[in-house]
Amino acid sequence: MKAKFLIPMALFLVLVGFLAVGLNRDPRDVPSPLVNKPAPAFTRPQLALPDKQFSAADMKGKVWMLNVWSSWCVSCRQEHPLLVEFARAQVVPLIGLDYKDTRDAALGVLRQMGNPYDLTVFDGDGSVGIDYGVYGVPETYIIDKAGVIRHKHTGPITSEALEKTIIPLINELKKS
Amino acid sequence: MLVVLACGTLWAKEAAPLAEDPVVEKRLIDISSEMRCLVCQNESLAGSHADLAQDLRRELRGLIKEGKSDAEIKEFMVSRYGDFVLYRPQVKPLTWLLWAGPFVFLIAGIVALIAFLRRRGREVKDVPLSAAETQRAEALLKESGQ
Repeated sequence: MKAKFLIPMALFLVLVGFLAVGLNRDPRDVPSPLVNKPAPAFTRPQLALPDKQFSAADMKGKVWMLNVWSSWCVSCRQEHPLLVEFARAQVVPLIGLDYKDTRDAALGVLRQMGNPYDLTVFDGDGSVGIDYGVYGVPETYIIDKAGVIRHKHTGPITSEALEKTIIPLINELKKS
Repeated sequence: MLVVLACGTLWAKEAAPLAEDPVVEKRLIDISSEMRCLVCQNESLAGSHADLAQDLRRELRGLIKEGKSDAEIKEFMVSRYGDFVLYRPQVKPLTWLLWAGPFVFLIAGIVALIAFLRRRGREVKDVPLSAAETQRAEALLKESGQ
């Protein structure tokens, strides 16, 4: 008989458990369906050299990182110094994708804050961004040797995310 | 007068792209109001003024003009942004619990109700009054009747 009165209590605790998990999740962190899928192909001119093209296929055989950024994006500036530092370690080729931007503004940011990118691709109309499911810059993709997206980080990169997730993953992908 | 007329034609020209092809626009609205804008998550793609929503409407307009079916357009969006863009989740193993959940609860509730009623039916027995009790009850009723 006593156990019967514990049922509402148990149900309540289950509810609390669901809410505790659900309310602590970030609603902006939408899981990307592109993870473990081939990275969408694109060919676009480079930011600094408009007559030179870059194609995602150029990176076949290398583990690389694609960082979507823009001069108008405030959180991109937040992660920028960390990227500059990360690029110095030369762990992977870091390709920038300048999303919905003007060349002058983007080049201005790189001059002012340093350029962490091996090269930046210019996506003025944001159409590459749409193929990559970009919905809020900055976004960062780790792509393996076969050209498959292995990880997506939404929002500014933190040193914690770099050390705990991104760098270990890159090292693992490089081995395979 | 001429200036006013000239202005009128200018306005008419500017408004033209919106009503370019009412059939395409109608389909665009039908499809995009079933989709979530990822920037302002409480707005539909049809109603959002976010930059990304405008770009996506442009893409969808292109797909409609290419003669893509609704399913193909949905697939275009889902392959990029995930099931999250759809206000009406698809029925697949991952969402079975979501779709069936309310009915599971309803059936569990009905089963619990039937079990409860049966048990109560067994507990509440019809106990007839003894002769003495009937007499007493009649006496009490008479008393209150006066």
